[in-house]
Amino acid sequence: MKADASVLRGRPKLDAVPPGDPRDRGGKIQPMLVVNGLRKYFPVRGGLFNRRTGSVRAVDDVSFVVLKGETLGIVGESGCGKSTLARLLMHLIPKDAGELIFDGEGVGEAHGLTLTELRRSMQLVFQDSYSSLNPRLPVEDSIAYGPRVHGMSRAQAKEVARELLEKVGLNPGLFGSRYPHELSGGQKQRVNVARALALSPRMLILDEAVSALDKSIGAQVLNQLRYLKRHFNLTYVFISHDLNVVQYLSDRVLVMYLGQVVEIGPVEAIYTRAKHPYTRALLSSRLSMNPDDRIDEAPLAGDPPNPSNPPSGCRFRTRCPCAEDVCAAKMPTIGTWVDRFSHLAACHMEDATSGHSRAGRAPAAAALDRAIAVPANL
Amino acid sequence: MTDVTAGRGFAASSNDAPALKVRGYWRTVGYRLRYDHVTLFFALVIVLIALSAIFAPLLAPFDPLKTSMAYRLKPVGFRNFLLGTDELGRDMFSRLIYGGRMSLLMGLTPVALATVIGGTLGVVAGFVGGGINMLIMRTIDVFYAFPSVLLAVAISGTMGGGMSNGLIALTLVFIPPLCRIAETATTQVRGLDFVEAARASGAPTRSIIVHHVLGNVLAPVFIYASSLISVAILLAAGLSFLGLGVEPPTPDWGLMLSTLRQAIYVQPYVCALPGLAIFITSLSFNLVSDGLRQAMDVRI
Repeated sequence: MKADASVLRGRPKLDAVPPGDPRDRGGKIQPMLVVNGLRKYFPVRGGLFNRRTGSVRAVDDVSFVVLKGETLGIVGESGCGKSTLARLLMHLIPKDAGELIFDGEGVGEAHGLTLTELRRSMQLVFQDSYSSLNPRLPVEDSIAYGPRVHGMSRAQAKEVARELLEKVGLNPGLFGSRYPHELSGGQKQRVNVARALALSPRMLILDEAVSALDKSIGAQVLNQLRYLKRHFNLTYVFISHDLNVVQYLSDRVLVMYLGQVVEIGPVEAIYTRAKHPYTRALLSSRLSMNPDDRIDEAPLAGDPPNPSNPPSGCRFRTRCPCAEDVCAAKMPTIGTWVDRFSHLAACHMEDATSGHSRAGRAPAAAALDRAIAVPANL
Repeated sequence: MTDVTAGRGFAASSNDAPALKVRGYWRTVGYRLRYDHVTLFFALVIVLIALSAIFAPLLAPFDPLKTSMAYRLKPVGFRNFLLGTDELGRDMFSRLIYGGRMSLLMGLTPVALATVIGGTLGVVAGFVGGGINMLIMRTIDVFYAFPSVLLAVAISGTMGGGMSNGLIALTLVFIPPLCRIAETATTQVRGLDFVEAARASGAPTRSIIVHHVLGNVLAPVFIYASSLISVAILLAAGLSFLGLGVEPPTPDWGLMLSTLRQAIYVQPYVCALPGLAIFITSLSFNLVSDGLRQAMDVRI
């Protein structure tokens, strides 16, 4: 292992995959999911005859790896493509380019994993707990629907649903026959988690799963998620804009900006030694628990650029305090991912050969923080 | 509240809390209807009208077609004529009972047919979307350009009078609004996350439509259709009135109203009877449809 000792001592700690899991094909080292060059451009239509006049680059050449048993946090501003990415991973919307490899098997390829098989192994928990449950089905039936589709008998599926309700902390006798409108937001989200688990998937994508809940209920659901992960030996992809929640739950973190991956690495490295200026700006925008530590100035000014017409070169350069000519001229690459300790950033300052004046000697965190935002009380 | 007590993987209050009575959807609807006396009363009225129509030959004291020059336009309660006689001396009570057959047939058949046809078109248009939606909905829009009465008159006028042509005309009139309702509801439901979730669980399209879309679409379609029954009865009466629907001497409320209107100064009460029958029937259907709407919405 090339990684330094401090990383080894702290997180990420990976839960062991039990050797007996019959669904495990590639073993511990084989990543659960490999995403390669994933791309989705939404057409912008207008003008005469509804022609395609442009495209919104929602997800643009995204590659990453989800390891077995880990929680990969995905953070980014609203509109950076997080939810599109989740739907692409689930194949709910067709991808324009790229490949997905689930536990060593290509998805949708000849001799690979079929969509149905993928959907058994991978499930999605939606952000909006209200609209993600059928208002006319008792929650028990909503949970039992998936197993029924996959050929389980009615009684058996019902049994599974009731067991899962118990697992997510809801009394099946009390809640099973209720309709979604008779549940609170937290209870509905628990039902959503149970529904996602009904097919006993190996991987769960949580798309802003606790963002709509208030803090205390959200915290309970988070703890429930941690319990379920151990209990069912799950792998999580946790999508959120809440940096604290991501830090709490994740082993590794992926930062997205305007449809691209800008930084990926172990959670501790990201939160203490962020490399990309965008990640630093994001982290410094977090509110402190100490009311004296005020942030009077936003660390980042303005809105993200229009994803249908992104800036040339580095997409962050229009808002980056360290932007130079080279940033407009060519797009930075993120480098090669080696293992779970790899900490990569798509920034010219990280690349010694890029020609950026600070290349290879990234400024100390404090210095860059000052360049981004100077707290008023200092 | 339960979120607070719910532990990690355990339902905290599982032992002391009594299990909620499990009731299916239709059971719930039935339970609610039981306490809705207005709806129940008017449902009873509909049942009575339907029964009297079905058993008309047993109930009618006279032959509804037997004319009599001597007993023309007799008042209500004249001798054995419970509700008087019409301009040809036929017994009004018998004719009203027999007329119910025609009116219920004209009220229910077109609505049922249009619900099936329009509902299917609407769900397909809403769920498939894209070009299919454009094709179906723009065709439907053409029918919307005409007022429904005018459309019914135009269609049955072109095809000629008669009951079956009247039925076809009414069906065609009711397809566009039902299709539109089904399409709107389907489009709305299709975009919701639970349909995505069903897709994510690997369900085939047919299963998603049956289990997740129809349940949410049928209720508004069904409720709207039940309110159309009274419109259908009135339109059918209107067609008969204009001589485009049922042909004399078949007893039909609309036709009776049409022929008796010339005698309105002679026997005003007798002349009003077919209108009263239409009014009571359509009112009952309207109120029952309203009650059903309330009982069938699980969110109330």
